[in-house]
Amino acid sequence: MSHSFDEISAQLKRRHRKSARLKWMSMASLGIALLFLVVFFADMLNKGLPAFQQAYVQVEVDYNEDAETMGRAALDPEIASLVSRSFERLIPGMIRDDADLLGTTETRWVLTNSQVDQYLKGHRNELSDDEKAAIDERVEDGQVDMKFNTTFFSQGDSKMAERAGIMAAAVGTIMTMLVTLAVSFPIGVMTAIYLEEFAPDNRFTQAIEININNLAAIPSILFGLLGLAVFINFFGVPRSSPLVGGLTLALMTLPVIIISTRAALRSVPDSIRQGAFAVGCSRWQVVRDHVLPLALPGIMTGSIIGLAQAMGETAPLIIVGMVAFIPDVSASFTEAATVLPAQVFTWAGEPERAFVEKTAGGILVLLAVLIFMNATAVMLRKKFERRW
Amino acid sequence: MQTNQIFLLFCGILLLLGLVAFFLGRAKAARVRGAGISMYAQPDQYAWFTVLSTAGPALMVGAIGAFVMLLLGAEIPTFYLLSGSLVVAAVGLAVGVMQVRPEFHARQAIEHVIRLLLAGAALISIFTTFGILFSIIFEALRFFQKESLWEFITGTTWSPGASFLEAAGRAEEGSGGGQFGSIPLFAGTMMITLIAMLVAIPIGLMSSIYMSEFAPHRVRGIAKPMLEILAGIPTVVYGFFAAITVAPIIVDVAGFFGLDAAYNNAVAPGMVMGIMIIPFISSLSDDVINSVPDSLRQGALALGMTNSETIKHVVLPAALPGIISASLLAVSRALGETMIVVMAAGMRPNLTANPLEDMTTVTVSIVAALTGDQEFESSATLSAFALGLALFVVTLTLNIVSVVMIRRFREKYRINDL
Repeated sequence: MSHSFDEISAQLKRRHRKSARLKWMSMASLGIALLFLVVFFADMLNKGLPAFQQAYVQVEVDYNEDAETMGRAALDPEIASLVSRSFERLIPGMIRDDADLLGTTETRWVLTNSQVDQYLKGHRNELSDDEKAAIDERVEDGQVDMKFNTTFFSQGDSKMAERAGIMAAAVGTIMTMLVTLAVSFPIGVMTAIYLEEFAPDNRFTQAIEININNLAAIPSILFGLLGLAVFINFFGVPRSSPLVGGLTLALMTLPVIIISTRAALRSVPDSIRQGAFAVGCSRWQVVRDHVLPLALPGIMTGSIIGLAQAMGETAPLIIVGMVAFIPDVSASFTEAATVLPAQVFTWAGEPERAFVEKTAGGILVLLAVLIFMNATAVMLRKKFERRW
Repeated sequence: MQTNQIFLLFCGILLLLGLVAFFLGRAKAARVRGAGISMYAQPDQYAWFTVLSTAGPALMVGAIGAFVMLLLGAEIPTFYLLSGSLVVAAVGLAVGVMQVRPEFHARQAIEHVIRLLLAGAALISIFTTFGILFSIIFEALRFFQKESLWEFITGTTWSPGASFLEAAGRAEEGSGGGQFGSIPLFAGTMMITLIAMLVAIPIGLMSSIYMSEFAPHRVRGIAKPMLEILAGIPTVVYGFFAAITVAPIIVDVAGFFGLDAAYNNAVAPGMVMGIMIIPFISSLSDDVINSVPDSLRQGALALGMTNSETIKHVVLPAALPGIISASLLAVSRALGETMIVVMAAGMRPNLTANPLEDMTTVTVSIVAALTGDQEFESSATLSAFALGLALFVVTLTLNIVSVVMIRRFREKYRINDL
C-alpha cells in the first residue's frame, strides 16, 4: 500500500473538498429553514396588513320616514350600492332610539361594502366598470377613503366581511385562558412540588413521571375527544363554552407546566434546603419560604410558554364545539364562545375573497400576542436567571 | 332560590366559618401560651389547622355528594347537600378548636394534609391519561358493537355518510348503511407523514449538524431560537398558509411539468407540516449530537480524519439512537397533527399513491365525524373514537419506543441532562 506523495495530496484535497461540502450543505439547510420563516412572515404580513385598513365612504344620511322601516331609503340610491348593508340595517334602530333624528340629515363616514374595499385594495371583486368609475371619481373628491379599521377590533364575527371583527374571539380567548390558567397552574405546580420535593422514589412516583411524559406527547385532538366524552357527555358542561374549552386545554397544558416547574425546582441548589432544614423548618416551610420564591421566575416562564401553546391550539376546541358563529361578545363562562385560532379557522373556510384578508389579519394579531408572550417569558428568564 | 345563589351563599358561609376558625384557634393558642405553657407549634399554625379541619371535611362532603349524584344518578337536592356540608364544617370547627392543646403537633398535622393535597394533584395527571384511554375505548367499543372490527381494519371504503339515514331509521333509503374501512384514511395519513418527514428529517438533521459542529457560537445563539419560532406558530396558521399559499404553488409547479394536481393535494400539507416539525428534529438532534463525548471526536481527528469524516463515521453513528428517537417523536407528531390537514388536505378518502391527488387522513375524519350535525349515537360519530383509539395506540407506541431508545443512548454515554 504505497502511495506517492502526489496521490496522497490529491486524495487529501478531495477529502477536504468533501468536508467543505458537508459544511456548506448543512449551512444551506439551516438557511432553507430560516428562509422559510422569512417567506412565511412576509406572506402573512402581505396578506394580513390590508385587513387593518378599511374603505369608508362619506354619505349624506337623510333620516326620512321611509328609512324608519327600510334603512336603504336614507341613502342616495347611487351611493347606496357602495355602502355596507350592516350600516343600512342600523338606521331604523337609530331613528327609533332617537325620535329627534327624524327629518334631519347628516353627513358621515360609513363603512363601504367589502367589494368596494377589495377594489380599492386592488384585489379581485365583482364590481361593474360603471361602479368602479364612480368609486374612482369619489376617491378623487376625497369622499371615499381608506381608514384604520376599528371595526375589526371592536366587533364580533359577521357574515358580511367588512363588518367581521375579532373582538368576540379575543374575549373568548381571554376567558378560556383564564379557565386554563386557573386549573392547570395550581395543579401543575402542586404536582411538580410533590414529585420534586415530597415524593419518595417508588413505583407510584415513577408511574406518574412516565405518565406525564406520555401526556406531553399525546396528539392534541385526543384531548378534544376526552373533553367531549368526559366534560360534555358525562359531567354535562355546556358545549362550546369557554369552561369546557378551558378545561380541555388545561389538561393539555398540565404536562408543560409540570415539566418546566420541576426543572425550575431542580435548579434551586440543595444547600438552600439544607440551610432551611438546619434552622428547624418543616418540609413544607422549606418549600414555601425558600425553594418556591427562588424557583418562581422559572415557573412563570414555563407557565407563560405553556399558556401561549394552549392559546394557539385549535384542534381540541373544534371537537368540543368552540367553532361557533359568535357575532356578539358574551361574558359568561357557560355560553357559547369562540377563540382567536378558531375564528381564524372559521374565516379560512369562508369562500369570499375579503375573508382571506380577515383571516390573515386575525393571524397577525394572534402571532403578535404569542410573540409578545414568548418574549416576556424569555425576558423573565434572562432577568431573574441565577447561576448558583 | 337559584342554584347559583345557593352556591354563593354556601361559599360565603364557609369562608366566614373559616375566618372564625382562624381567629378562635389563634386566640386559644395565644391564651394557652400566654399562661406560660410551652406548645409544640406556633399560634398561627394552630389557627391554620383549625381552618383546615373546618373547611376540609366540609368540601370533601360536598365533592363526594356531587360525585354520587353524577355517577349513581341519585338525586340529592343541592340545598340539603350544601347545608349538610355546612353542618360538617361547624363540627369540624368545634373539633379543630378542641385540638388546640399544648401537646398537639399542629405543624405536622398541616404537613400531612399538604402532602396529601399535593399527591392528590399529582394523581390528576394519571386520571387524565386514564380518562383519555377509557373514554376513547368505551366509545370505540360502542362503535365496534355496531360495525365489524374486521372491516374497520381491512376495509378499503370509508363512507360514513350513509349511516345517518340508518340512525334516522331510514336505512333502506341509503345504500345500506355506512362503510367503515379505515385503510384509505391510514394510507392518506402515512402519505402526508412521509412527505413531512422527507422535508423535516434532512433539513432538521443537517441544520443540527451545522449548529453543533460548524456554526460559530454567535450564529448558533441566534439560529436556534429562530428555528424554535417555527415550532411556536399555531398549527391553524400553518394550515392557512398551506391552503392559500403553498397549494396553488404546487398546482402551478405540477402544471409546469404537465402533471395534474388537485388544489387540496397531499404535498402542500405534507411540506408545511415538515417545516413545522424541523425544530423538533433539529433541537433534539442538536442536544444529542452535543452530548456525544468530545473524546470520540478528538480521537477521530487525531487519526487524521477530516471534519466531515468524523461527523459521518463517528459522531452520527454514536448519536444515531437519539436521532432515531427524535425522528420517531416527529412521526408521532405528524400523525396526530390536525389543523394543517383539516385546512389543506382533502375530505375524500382516496386510496392512491399519487401525492398530487387529494386524500384525507385519520384526524380529518375525526373532525369531520364530530362536527357533523348527527346523533352522537350514530356509527358515523362514534367512528371518531375508533379512529382516535387507533391514533392513540400508534402514537403511544412510537413515544415509548423513542423513550427507550433515548434511554439506551443516555446509558451508553452516561449523560444525565438529556
